[in-house]
Amino acid sequence: MAITTPGRSLRATPIGTLYRGGEGMWTWVLQRITGVSVFFFLFVHVLDTALVRVSPAAYDEIIATYKTPIVNLLEVGLVGAVLFHAFNGIRIILIDFWSKGPRYQRQMTWVIAAIWLFVMIPGTYFMMIHTIDALFGSTT
Amino acid sequence: MSNPLAAPRAGSRNKQRSNFELYGWLFMRISGLILVFLVLGHLFIMNILDGGVQRINFAFVAGRWSSPFWQVWDLSMLWLALLHGGNGMRTIINDYAERDQTRFWLKMLLYVSTAIIIALGTLVIFTFDPSIG
Repeated sequence: MAITTPGRSLRATPIGTLYRGGEGMWTWVLQRITGVSVFFFLFVHVLDTALVRVSPAAYDEIIATYKTPIVNLLEVGLVGAVLFHAFNGIRIILIDFWSKGPRYQRQMTWVIAAIWLFVMIPGTYFMMIHTIDALFGSTT
Repeated sequence: MSNPLAAPRAGSRNKQRSNFELYGWLFMRISGLILVFLVLGHLFIMNILDGGVQRINFAFVAGRWSSPFWQVWDLSMLWLALLHGGNGMRTIINDYAERDQTRFWLKMLLYVSTAIIIALGTLVIFTFDPSIG
């Protein structure tokens, strides 16, 4: 076919659309899911921080839950969601404002996936180092 | 007698046209770009640097908010993140809530709760008292 890029096999995604099928659509879906999740956490986070106006003990008590293994794991999920949302947001800005953005949107998806992994692997380790130590470490 | 028929293409649609959605679209990109720095910096400091979340307590917060730099940082982050998130939620409600009534009340709930959270967060930053309790 004349309109397909040479070297690329025919795919289900219609050529010339950004948000229908393929990377363009799934990053859009993920952007919404991560955005809504982070927004709900934001409400909780402002409320827990507001306890500094109640008493130091009340604040320290709620913050103690953030230090438990399960919530610690949820924090890794939160950071993962925020990082994806941020990186994909930059990709969207490049698609909208950079003249070559739409042409490279697929490549940019894989670039942000790589950067996400590159940040998340050491990030997860450093975020959970205390939990790993408490659960599996020989010294407590 | 005046003509009961409206002039072609001069309906109320044109009068009500505003650039609100354009500004909303632009706001998402500008606030998003600023939030990348504010939020990723916040997450790095709070969750990874120097022991991460394990070192956070009241004294830690008191130490940070003794500096106007972190007060401005947190206040900017609060407002930008909630307005950015609120506008995102508004878009999602508009997309998925099909009944007019449902859409209206969901957005009212969103606006009121977001305004309360922004006001509460702002109040906490401005009235924080390190010698409380």
